[in-house]
Amino acid sequence: MTFLGMPARAPRGVGHLRGDESFPVAARKALANSQLRRNLQHATTTIRGKSGRVIAELPDWQELRSAGSALKAYTMARLPELLEQLEENVTAAGGVVHWAADANEANRIVTDLVRQTGERRVIKVKSMATQEIGLNEALEAAGITPVETDLAELIVQLGNDKPSHILVPAIHRNRSEIREIFLKAMPDVDPGLTDDPPVLAAAARRYLRETFLSTKVAVSGANFAIAETGTLAVVESEGNGRMCLTLPETLITVMGIEKLVPKWSDLEVFLQLLPRASTGERMNPYTSMWTGVTPGDGPQAFHLVLLDNGRTAVLADEVGRQALHCIRCSACLNVCPVYERTGGHAYGSVYPGPIGAVLSPQLTGVADNPSLPYASSLCGACFDACPVKIDIPSILVHLRNQAPHPRTEAAVMAAAAYTMDRPKLYASAQRAAKLARIAGRRGRGLPPPLNGWSASRDLPSPPKETFRDWWRSR
Amino acid sequence: MSSKDVILGRIRSALSSGVDAPEIPRDYRRGEAKVDLDLLVERLTDYKAVVHRISAEKSGISAAILEILAEGTVVVPPGLPTDWLPEALEAIVDDGLTAEQIAATDGVVTAAAVAIVETGTIVLDASPDQGRRIISLLPDLHICVLRPEQVVASVPEGVARLDPRRPLTWISGPSATSDIELNRVEGVHGPRNLHVILLAA
Repeated sequence: MTFLGMPARAPRGVGHLRGDESFPVAARKALANSQLRRNLQHATTTIRGKSGRVIAELPDWQELRSAGSALKAYTMARLPELLEQLEENVTAAGGVVHWAADANEANRIVTDLVRQTGERRVIKVKSMATQEIGLNEALEAAGITPVETDLAELIVQLGNDKPSHILVPAIHRNRSEIREIFLKAMPDVDPGLTDDPPVLAAAARRYLRETFLSTKVAVSGANFAIAETGTLAVVESEGNGRMCLTLPETLITVMGIEKLVPKWSDLEVFLQLLPRASTGERMNPYTSMWTGVTPGDGPQAFHLVLLDNGRTAVLADEVGRQALHCIRCSACLNVCPVYERTGGHAYGSVYPGPIGAVLSPQLTGVADNPSLPYASSLCGACFDACPVKIDIPSILVHLRNQAPHPRTEAAVMAAAAYTMDRPKLYASAQRAAKLARIAGRRGRGLPPPLNGWSASRDLPSPPKETFRDWWRSR
Repeated sequence: MSSKDVILGRIRSALSSGVDAPEIPRDYRRGEAKVDLDLLVERLTDYKAVVHRISAEKSGISAAILEILAEGTVVVPPGLPTDWLPEALEAIVDDGLTAEQIAATDGVVTAAAVAIVETGTIVLDASPDQGRRIISLLPDLHICVLRPEQVVASVPEGVARLDPRRPLTWISGPSATSDIELNRVEGVHGPRNLHVILLAA
């Protein structure tokens, strides 16, 4: 029997944290898709350039990163008090706070809240937390239609596709593919639609306008929640967030417990870090902030769902817990040489890229995502790009030590250890390697079953003379 | 045991080995800095807002509005100074208008709470001269009148001036998206045209 207060992983059978296949298998398929690779390379190159330029405008970027990092560490250390403070302030401002231990409970809470309104349709602002828990599927099972209103989410939803990037879920699609999806799946779309981005954006505006005006319930995530004041913040670009947060009668916000910020004034750090690291803008077009309910302005019923779903298990790991500092900017995806080639789907989780490789296995337990800690070359670009200085490479190495190693690798390592423990055997093994130099040319690789390892790697040439032989002969 | 108790119990257990809350290094720029209105105009324009700089007279405001919108209807918040509006425009005061009524207007005129030079951002705080959030959202044209004393140099100064108990809308240029090939494209759901009338210091 497990003690109820012990940190728990995200449950199986619900949500989108586990892939159907391992990273290497999924990555191989993605690598064979040259269109995908071109789209990703184009998009990530664009965003790296934009982000680099606006970050260079700030003389105190490193100081802001240090402050952001410390603020998140502070928040984690004080999490129980800060969460209770948030609840108190949201409640005092007319909101209702719900606590969800896992995805199933969060889905049940949101579904029940929508049912109580009697509505059959909800509009949604892009939210990683609700993707993580599979809220759309839960709503659909209850006969409620969720409408994604973020342009990229809409592209994914209309294309029956899966998100592949934290910020831009349809990053794997180029403009002509988006045009095809709209022509096929968007009701009443202009058949003369071109692939000019402003034209595509205008088509989404027309398509969603009536839905915004007539839907009475919205579901959102949150970028920040201020414990000190009970204020929630959503950072966005298109205005779909403002629509969802302003027009409906009821607003339901689902937020991971780690999204907390202690004080109102602390936003001065994150509102500088997030847009520059994320979309490469000095500031994103729209940020909405609200505290509970404002009479006569915006939704008159506000519910905040605080989600654990494995986060407390991440928090229990002294090395891994800094993954909870993530502000979902996706800078680490945009600089990652592995992500740029495989895309987001290969990671099998809604959290792809370097942050996904450390967050998903911790939320689910490493046993359920054993290949993800290896989905990296440990080059360190993600650490440099992270606006809150999460040391992703160190967490990857830490998680690799928890992941089961492939059987061949384990056998080879055991054989090596046995040989190195026995000087005579080691000396003869070295001489055997020398013989291999004569027997086989360099670059031929290893014999089976080790040829897989050497197929993509150059083997070092064994020396003409081993150190031991040289020592003996001098 | 409630889920709240379960979650708080899990957190306390996760932190039971003892975790120190660090000091926050505040070495970034925080103090009051000189306001450069030219830079504000540059930053607003860079993100496709149209800026009109005028002298501080009220007749100048209505003339500037008329230049942006020659005829039609504008929705205005109840506390907007009436002499800002040109006679040629039909002003509809928001006294609880429906979404459809607001969406049917040609534009909205509001004041602002704060503007931030470094990021080219305007913040509305739903004061009587800015109104409910919905009125600056549905019309396709937003005309925002900005007084120089509302302008600050940096994000920290902007945050310090704002009251989080009010609903806040931070606006940096017209509605845009980066969702198609990660390039910024203007014009999705919010107002596609943002005009800022900046009064002289």
